[in-house]
Amino acid sequence: MIYFDYSATTPIDPRVLDAMMPYLTESFGNPSSIHRYGQKAEAAIESAREMVASFLNCLPAEIIFTSCGSESDNLAIRGGALGMREKNGSQWILASRAEHPAVTKTIEQLGKHYGFLPEWLDVNAQGMVTAEVVSKAICNNTGLVSVMYANNEIGTINPLRDLAEICRANGILFHTDAVQAAAYLPVDVQVLSVDMMSLGSHKFYGPKGVGALYVRKGTPLISHNTGGGQENNLRAGTQNVAYIVGFAESLKLTAQEREQRIKHVQPLRDKIIGAVLETIPDSQLTGDMNVRLPHHASFVFKDVDGNLLLTLLDAAGFACSSGSACKTGNPEPSEVMNTLGLPREWGLGSLRVTLGKDNTVADVDSFLKILPSLVEKARNLNQR
Amino acid sequence: MSKVVVAMSGGVDSSVAAALLKEQGHDVTGMMLRLWSEPGKEDTNRCCTPDSMAQARRVANILDVPFYVVDAKDVFRETVVEYFLEGYAQGGTPNPCLICNKKIRWEFLLNHALALGAEFMATGHYAKQIKDESRKTRLFRAVDEGKDQSYVLHVLNQAKLRHALFPVGDYPKTEIRQIAERFGLPTASRKDSQDLCFLAGDDYRNFLQRNAIEMLKPGQIVTRDGKVVGQHNGLANYTIGQRKGLGVPSAVPLFVLTKQAGSNALVVGTEDELGSTELLARDVNWLSGNIPNEPFRAEVKIRYSAKLAWAEVTPLEANQATVKFEAPVRDVTAGQAAVFYVDEEVLGGGIIQ
Repeated sequence: MIYFDYSATTPIDPRVLDAMMPYLTESFGNPSSIHRYGQKAEAAIESAREMVASFLNCLPAEIIFTSCGSESDNLAIRGGALGMREKNGSQWILASRAEHPAVTKTIEQLGKHYGFLPEWLDVNAQGMVTAEVVSKAICNNTGLVSVMYANNEIGTINPLRDLAEICRANGILFHTDAVQAAAYLPVDVQVLSVDMMSLGSHKFYGPKGVGALYVRKGTPLISHNTGGGQENNLRAGTQNVAYIVGFAESLKLTAQEREQRIKHVQPLRDKIIGAVLETIPDSQLTGDMNVRLPHHASFVFKDVDGNLLLTLLDAAGFACSSGSACKTGNPEPSEVMNTLGLPREWGLGSLRVTLGKDNTVADVDSFLKILPSLVEKARNLNQR
Repeated sequence: MSKVVVAMSGGVDSSVAAALLKEQGHDVTGMMLRLWSEPGKEDTNRCCTPDSMAQARRVANILDVPFYVVDAKDVFRETVVEYFLEGYAQGGTPNPCLICNKKIRWEFLLNHALALGAEFMATGHYAKQIKDESRKTRLFRAVDEGKDQSYVLHVLNQAKLRHALFPVGDYPKTEIRQIAERFGLPTASRKDSQDLCFLAGDDYRNFLQRNAIEMLKPGQIVTRDGKVVGQHNGLANYTIGQRKGLGVPSAVPLFVLTKQAGSNALVVGTEDELGSTELLARDVNWLSGNIPNEPFRAEVKIRYSAKLAWAEVTPLEANQATVKFEAPVRDVTAGQAAVFYVDEEVLGGGIIQ
């Protein structure tokens, strides 16, 4: 079995697991306790926080640990929108049409139940949000703008700094979901100029079940998980010590090894993109050819049921994903595919291949050898 | 050792089918169909609720076999639901499970299984199949007569039967439960029900009301000799043999005898008028692929739950056959299938005209 779904999740790096183990066993204390067990756990969290802050180029106090990227998105958007409304009465929340559901569903709920006014930003044919679109959409009653760093389905990277600068100049909070991007792109929040940024470690060889939110000092943010005073009073609940340690360790390794990881995956990705477009009729790359995550190749095939293609690939020994990867849901084109303006007969046939450090040239070759015939098979089954 | 796709439902029968094949050393893959439901009722489709899907996944996980869901919504809507509506439009009482087995399970899903590289597809149907010396596959009633499902499988042909496996047909149901327990599989079985999956527990009349209201045209209730005795509210609302709900005052109980689609009339009569001694079947399928040369004596089943009745079956031109019963049979219903058995073997069957 060959794993080509590193954007879904990654295995834990053994070095990360080693760093975590002591906090699952002997150093099991509650970081809020007075005694030395507690002190040890607290020290681990705080040193993890410092480590994360150093890679994000921010203050340790600006890092909030959460349970996952989705929770970070929820806290940033719900907390930021409520905070901004309290501060200046702003009502509008803007986000791109290609955001992850953790962002879109949260904004929809804020519109339906909290009286906010959502507005969706159009993307271009490559799935990118341009500065022009943001400039046009904001008004003096806009509180928050959220645009993802890189798109999970199509890999396109957004010009974050340009977008964030526009918001900064207008006194609007800017949040970015960097859950996919952090595995390969620089995450210096000063360079990116963002106010809030969501991360989750299982996309870069850390554990699942832990995330972080960067919140720039002075950002009005209202907690949505209330209770004890953990995480600077912004996220109640006993911290998941071992996982936080794992988060920091995996981020450290990612920062240290970024260049070599890119050097490994990018040529493989380019080989896949080149060969697929060349050998498979009625195929299209989704997202931008150049401004995309280095490990990410995504396509649509006309008149193919994407889920069926994934089934055939799995049976042939390749674990991939599609734009609308959902085991039980409706086989409908994903929102992102619709947003790109793809017709239904193209949008249903999406395939995402995301590479990682264990993939080899031989993996890619055997994949490219079999894919055209499987697309053909899926097409034949589609024509009843 | 062969590659086998098992059509799983989450129920005990198909779970045990998968377990038995796995135990025999086959390379087993589970597949489940996602079928069509009326918008908003997707969660209650009897054949593929989220619950039953979760159950099938659980079973696949226990057995350590891959499991995939295949979407068949569109093709189900286009074939099975259309057939169902068309059947009522023609004044019959269609059995959509037959067309589902023919077009969805044993064509659409089978094609997917074959595309996956499988040699065989297995289901949890109670039926037996045996390969004879001429390499033909013959279909028989299940060991457990009470559970036998060979009736709905009479639509298969040699090309399909060649790939078919029915592992549970060799066991009585009680033993299937024991086998499930031995493998640590959930033993819950769906309530035996003749409700159609896509009706999601609702009455078919309500479904027609919503989806084919034009079909429910009121008309006259008449006797065999043409006397008008009342008004009906749409032929599709009645079944052959029905007694209750006619709303016709009468000294003796009246029963629905037939429906006349052309004149939109519902024909009623007394109990002794109910029996038929003959029927004509169309679209007859002979499982062997060969039409018998001469009339033969067979046991005939006129609906899924009917008792077997002795008859003489005469094959005719144009895939038709006449069935002459040795004793009158009640409730012969157009749109249902008549299936012919000789010594437990399913020879063929067709739709009652």
